[in-house]
This record gives sequence, structure tokens and C-alpha cells, in this order.
Amino acid sequence: MLKEENKIFKNLYNNYGWEIDKAIERDDWKETNEIISKGKEWIINEIKISELRGRGGAGFSTAMKWSFIPKKQGSRPHYLVINADESEPGTCKDREILRYEPQKLIEGCLIAGYAVGAHVCYIYIRGEYSFEGRRLQQAIDQAYKNKFLGKNACGSGWDFDIHIHYGAGAYICGEETALLESIEGNKGQPRLKPPFPALVGLYGCPTIVNNVETIAVVPTILRRGGKWFASMGRPRNTGTKIFCISGNVNNPCNVEEEMGVPLKELINNYAGGVVGGWDNLQAVIPGGSSMPLLPKKICETLTMDFDSLIENKSGLGTAGIVVINKDQDIVSCMARIARFYKHESCGQCTPCREGSGWMWRILNRATKGETTLSDIDLLDDVTKQIEGHTICAFGEGSAWPVQGLLRHFRKEVDKKCSNDPLIKKKKDIPYLIDQHLLEKKNA
Amino acid sequence: MSLKKVSAEQPKQFEFSSNFKKIAEEIIKRYPEKNKKSAVMPLLYLAQKQNSNWIPLAAIKYISKYLSMPYINVYEVATFYSMFNLSPVGKYFIQVCTTTPCLIRGADKIVKICKQKISEKENSISKNGECSWTEVECLGACVNAPMMQINEDYYEDLDEKSAAKIIESIFQDKILKPGSYRGRKNTSPENLKKIEGTKHA
Repeated sequence: MLKEENKIFKNLYNNYGWEIDKAIERDDWKETNEIISKGKEWIINEIKISELRGRGGAGFSTAMKWSFIPKKQGSRPHYLVINADESEPGTCKDREILRYEPQKLIEGCLIAGYAVGAHVCYIYIRGEYSFEGRRLQQAIDQAYKNKFLGKNACGSGWDFDIHIHYGAGAYICGEETALLESIEGNKGQPRLKPPFPALVGLYGCPTIVNNVETIAVVPTILRRGGKWFASMGRPRNTGTKIFCISGNVNNPCNVEEEMGVPLKELINNYAGGVVGGWDNLQAVIPGGSSMPLLPKKICETLTMDFDSLIENKSGLGTAGIVVINKDQDIVSCMARIARFYKHESCGQCTPCREGSGWMWRILNRATKGETTLSDIDLLDDVTKQIEGHTICAFGEGSAWPVQGLLRHFRKEVDKKCSNDPLIKKKKDIPYLIDQHLLEKKNA
Repeated sequence: MSLKKVSAEQPKQFEFSSNFKKIAEEIIKRYPEKNKKSAVMPLLYLAQKQNSNWIPLAAIKYISKYLSMPYINVYEVATFYSMFNLSPVGKYFIQVCTTTPCLIRGADKIVKICKQKISEKENSISKNGECSWTEVECLGACVNAPMMQINEDYYEDLDEKSAAKIIESIFQDKILKPGSYRGRKNTSPENLKKIEGTKHA
């Protein structure tokens, strides 16, 4: 269990108050100008030592991302953009940071902004979080009042401003280039990469896009040293992480734990165990709905970090753990996730726009027992048609959960296929011109 | 992409009130001068706020002139994002999250209550004209499932009884407080001490 002193987000449940004076008591804004005076290279190097990986889902090295930004500012300004468009089903960690630890985020913005040479930062909050947005605005106002932001922010000699930009209920805007499009006042449809935002981002200027949690841990890392952060977890998977445990557990909760904590420990120690006991566990989605689910057998020994989950053909994603017990129909659970992706596809790439609808319709029929066995093969094929054929990672995000279902629960899906195929053998029906399609090998 | 229905009945005129004009000017200042197009989403929010929670086409036209953008670009944005309502909604607009984490904790029961108490169909306004409801995708409060959003506030840890109570309170125009309805503090683990005493895992 993570020691209390090593926790970064001490006020995760608002036990101590969110206001700036309370935050200062918890060591926020302590010696910030000294940190900044050590220079950009020192900051990026210290983050490199800490081996911090992005907390938004992809797990890309933060120090490496920052080092992609041009060293010298040209004619174009640099921007820092914070991704607070938390919409992944199963994830609600950023909301707690915005509500109860806003000063950690704001201080992180200043330090990160200095490190990447940005004077302006936009925080993109999902539109539904209007309370959280108002709270963050209050916190920003308090920081301005204390001269931590604005001209010569925190006495560091660096000018820095933060603006909030609200989203309006589009999941796709969590993708970094879609988010930039959205800030620019367009529909949130992802851009082709490369060029990456670090070179051509917001308004065509170099831009760094980071998740809320990534930025909020930066000040603590710099105060306590990269080595301290790296001493937790295991190499390449260091530090602490907020895990959100939801679904069929007795006490769903958010909890900050060390990376690489066993899944069973998380569920039993913090979330009060699976409803109906551990043996009643059916499957776990380990990292938000985009990541393939894992059956009970793997969950027994699973440790929660980036690399160990990739070994198990899943991913840590945002660490939103959704527990599904045996009382639930696994096919209808995944059909609902497929509906989510159908609803949220931005419509730019055909494989995703059409394929997400196909997957939902087939799974929906499967829950009603109206599918044939060949339909399930078709479903498998559709997931592979989407994966890797879209501009952004949304395609993978919608295909992987279905692939996970078919990989681990094929038997349960097949059991639902009670319908006979329309035509079992080739019959020469003269008016059916495309009957070759009804045969399995051509389907 | 969500289905958007543009209301058949449209007001002819729309203009920001003087107060909202001031706010709009402040919003535009947040963005670089040549990129004032960025303010389109905040301004649509403002229009929605001024016009009892929905955006008429006249407002879209007004904003396109305000930001010197083509009308179609503003229309495109207004139809792309699901939080912009293009037809009237109730004074109390209830959004019930029904994505998997909420679903497996009983979001369908909340939907049932909404059907019974408000209206059989989604997005149709209740008999007294105060209230409408809709199913939405993940609202990002999964550990507090099931939950619903009424206007801007989150009501969490619901069950059939508490959801019914909240909807009753709307009809009396004395809405209950947002937050958890199981009496816990935010997203903290409950009954933690008991579990620490016994050895799990």
C-alpha cells in the first residue's frame, strides 16, 4: 500500500479544502521560482529521470514530448494546452484534480509552460464539467491575486496566462489534434499526423498537449526529485497513478496507488471486493472502455502498469477499471460500449463511421439471440477493417473492446447465436444475384 | 455524431443583451486577434444561456456576423457538438448517463423512472412544461454511478428512490442539492477501515 507521505494528491477527496491558502499549506507553490530559475534543461532532464509517462492513455514519455518543441522560439509563439476533456467511460480522475487540487494543475501549467517556452495556456474542459470549470476559474483567479500568474508569474520573470475553453460533449475532442481543431473554432475532427502538434499545433504554432494528471504531478516531482518518483513502481513504469474503480464492486472509488499494484489488491482493499465475492468476477476492463477486457483468470495475477498490461494484450489507458461480475450479460455490456463508439465517431473516416455502426448492430442482435455463427466471423472481420485504417486512434479504441470480447468470451457470444443461416447450402435461386455472399468463404 | 433536430418554430430575431455583449467581448480577448473564430463555442454557449437553454437559427446567424465567419461554419459547429440544443428543452433538463459503468449499476432503472415521471419519450417536454430528459453517453462520474445531470449539476450514487425524490422536487420547483445520494464524501472509498482489519488479497 502506498505510504501517505508519498501520495501526490493528498486532497483527492476534499478532506483538507481546495482553496489556495489550504493548498499552500500542502506545499503547493513552494519555491516555484527557484525551480524555474534552474532552467528549462534542468526541468526537462529531471522529468526524464523520473520516467514520467503521460497519464492520458497513450503513455508517451513526457520529457521526450517536451523535448520535441523547437529550442529557440521563432516568429510563432508556443502554446501549452491541457487536455481536461475526460470522456473515456470508466474514468473520472481529472474531475477530482480540477475540483480539489486545482493549484497543483495551475502550478504545473506554469512550470511546463516555462519549460516549453509558452506564455499562454489553454485548458480544454469538457462542457459537462461546468461546476469543475467554475471551480478551476476561481482557483485561477486566486492564483492571479497572489501574483502566481500574469506578468512576472511567481517572481520568475516569465509572463504566463491561463484561459479555460469549454468543450461541448464530443468524446473525440479528447484526441489531441481534434482538441486543437475545437479550440480553433471548428468541428472536432482529428488532423493527420505528422506534422505533430509540437511543430504545427494550435493556430499552426508549436504546441504541447498534456493530460491534467501528467501536468499536476510535475511540481511535486521537481520538488522531491525525479529519483524519488522513479523509486516507486518499476523501471519504465514509475510513480503513482490515480485508479478509478467502478462497476460491480461493493464500494466504487478513486484511489492513488503505486504503479504496478496488483489488480486484486486494488479491488479487494479499496473497493470492498467484487459484488458476490471474488469468484463472482467475470471480466475487468483495465483502462477505460477502449482497452480490451480481461477475463478472471488473467485478473488473478495482473499488475497494473503500462508494460504488464500490454503483455496481456490490453493497456493501462487512463486506469479506469470497470469490474463486471457474473450477474451481467457480457455481450450486452460490450454492445453498450459499441453504441457509445457509434454515437461518438466524428464521421471523418469511413471505416470508423460505418464500422462502429456495424459492430453495434451485430452485437445488439447478438444480445437478442438473432445472430448466426457467420455473423460473429463477420464482426471479427469488421474490427480488423477498422483497426489501423483511420486518421486517429479512435478506430483502434472502438475495435479493441470488441476484439477483446471475441478473444476471451467467444464461447459466450457463440451461445447467443441461435439463428440458422438464411441459406445453408448453395441453392440456385435465380432472383438472388448475390447469393455467393451468403457463403462463409466469400463473406 | 448525434442526431440533431432543428426546431420548426424559430424566433425571427436574436441579439445578445448588453450584459452578454460585455461577456462576449471579454471572451474574444482570450484568443489571438486574428483567431477570434475560436470564440464560436463560448458564444454559442452564451446564446444558449440567454435563450432558455436552446439555440435558434437566428442566433447562429447573429454569431456568424459577430465573428465574421461564414454561416455554415457556425451551423456546422452547432450541429457537431451534442451539448448545443437546437430545439427547446425543459427548464430543468435531465441527462441520464447510460454508458456501461452506469448501466451495470442500474442506470436503466433511472431511465424507467424518468419515463414514468416525466415523459414516455426522450426529449419531449413534460406535461407541466418544466422538464425534459434524455439518455446521454458517459458523463465522467463513473465511480459515482448511476448518476444524472440536471442543468449544470451532477446527482450521484442514485437509486430508484432517490431519483424519484429528486424528480418530485423539480416538479415543486424546489430542487434538491447536487452531490452523492449515498452520503459519502466525493469519491472516497467507503467502509475502508473494516476492510483494513480483515485480510483481503
